[in-house]
Amino acid sequence: MMNSEKVNNEDSQPIIELVGISRFFGKFQALHEVSLSVNAGQRMVICGPSGSGKSTLIRCVNQLEKHDAGKVIVNGIELGRNKKKLREVRADVGMVFQQFNLFPHLSVLDNLTLGPMRSRKLSKQTATDLAMRYLERVRIPEQADKYPSQLSGGQQQRVAIARSLCMEPKVMLFDEPTSALDPEMISEVLDVMVELASTGMTMMVVTHEMGFARKVADTMVFMDGGRIVETSPPEKFFTAPESERGRLFLQQILQH
Amino acid sequence: MNSVIRQYRLWIVLLSSGFLVSCGNSNLQWYVVSPMTETGRTNLMFLAGGLKYTLLLSITAIVVSVVVGLLVALPGLSSNPLWRAFNRVYVEVVRAVPILVLILWVYYGLPIVMGIAVSVFWAGVIALALSDSAFEAEIFRAGIQSIDRGQLEASDSLGLGYIDRMRFVVLPQAIRRVLPPLGNQLVYMLKMSSLVSVIGMEELTRRANELVTSQYRPLEIYTVLVLEYLILILVVSAGVRWFERRLERKDLR
Repeated sequence: MMNSEKVNNEDSQPIIELVGISRFFGKFQALHEVSLSVNAGQRMVICGPSGSGKSTLIRCVNQLEKHDAGKVIVNGIELGRNKKKLREVRADVGMVFQQFNLFPHLSVLDNLTLGPMRSRKLSKQTATDLAMRYLERVRIPEQADKYPSQLSGGQQQRVAIARSLCMEPKVMLFDEPTSALDPEMISEVLDVMVELASTGMTMMVVTHEMGFARKVADTMVFMDGGRIVETSPPEKFFTAPESERGRLFLQQILQH
Repeated sequence: MNSVIRQYRLWIVLLSSGFLVSCGNSNLQWYVVSPMTETGRTNLMFLAGGLKYTLLLSITAIVVSVVVGLLVALPGLSSNPLWRAFNRVYVEVVRAVPILVLILWVYYGLPIVMGIAVSVFWAGVIALALSDSAFEAEIFRAGIQSIDRGQLEASDSLGLGYIDRMRFVVLPQAIRRVLPPLGNQLVYMLKMSSLVSVIGMEELTRRANELVTSQYRPLEIYTVLVLEYLILILVVSAGVRWFERRLERKDLR
């Protein structure tokens, strides 16, 4: 009924639109007037050397980092000082962190139901059903009553992904989701992300996992020095990158 | 209770042997506080009668001071400099007034300012709670500041507002961390409640003072007073430890 209108809306404008945003840390400029847009269903992977501003960029989308200049428009809402609007937008934007950031004093289940119950005002029963559904999706329903510290890193990150999904977000942001994991746990997290991509979720992923990027991304963004240097489809980026810096970067991370 | 006895074994032995040795000293008249004699029993009951008010006063004051302390701590963490200034001024001013002075001021001064009589009990509660709240505020501020930034970012990204974030994420974790200093403050409060005796509160110290004026046996009576506080505080700190362990078991960090 009203869905058709919504879909039209999403088609006509991108879910995320960054227009010339800059961010300073003291005198250091982390972002130089970066512009970028993400459409519904798009799967964007952002890569680049450390300090290139990719984390800052993705954190600007849900305003964990405030931009100093330019515009951030998410879901058609320009983010600024309005706290209520910001909270609505944040509820629709899932975020997965490098350090998981699970709530250590809450059980896995309570970690998952907190957001839906407080932000979405769902009943405990509905939130629990939702949580169990997503725990099954990340393949650890049997851990529901454990505490985060009792889980492995890979399991914790999967719980964190499920926690974000419980908000039924329109877009998922991943900020180096596998960088803090032991090597043998990386694939279980990537598997979940690949599966998520296959369901048509809009994703923006900062990662060094080029295998994952090749498999999942439809757009590669390469950043360096606080600027977007190159935006290409993955086939092109991995075989014949436009930029010299992109070529060097790929050489360095793919040579081993 | 067993673990408490084990923990304080040395002190119990030292104090009780000192007590027994001094019993042999003919200058001391322990009968005034001996449970073996009729007078002693009456006097002991009179002294212990103050326990109710010491407890009531301390517990009411600690509850009020924790609430006020938290309400003072939160503005101290605001990004607004005016809120932070309020926190600083409150803490610095209240912390600078000696408790005894505050008790006298609240009891004798506040009725004139407010135009209402303040009972001895509430004067005691207000003075103790006010004085302690400044310390509580600093304890809470430190506890809240010790929570990892990632926890705040995770709450933000779930769309939680300030109150939900504090209530469900930050405070439950912060309370666990500040439990040892909070226990400290509770012990401190129990001891400082003795000062309220100066305005006539019938708590442990006042009772001892009154008995001394009628029996003229300060050493014996005040020794009992010391033991009363010692036992009270050992019990309370054992309780705090028990509570800490109970919380730890839930959160296997």
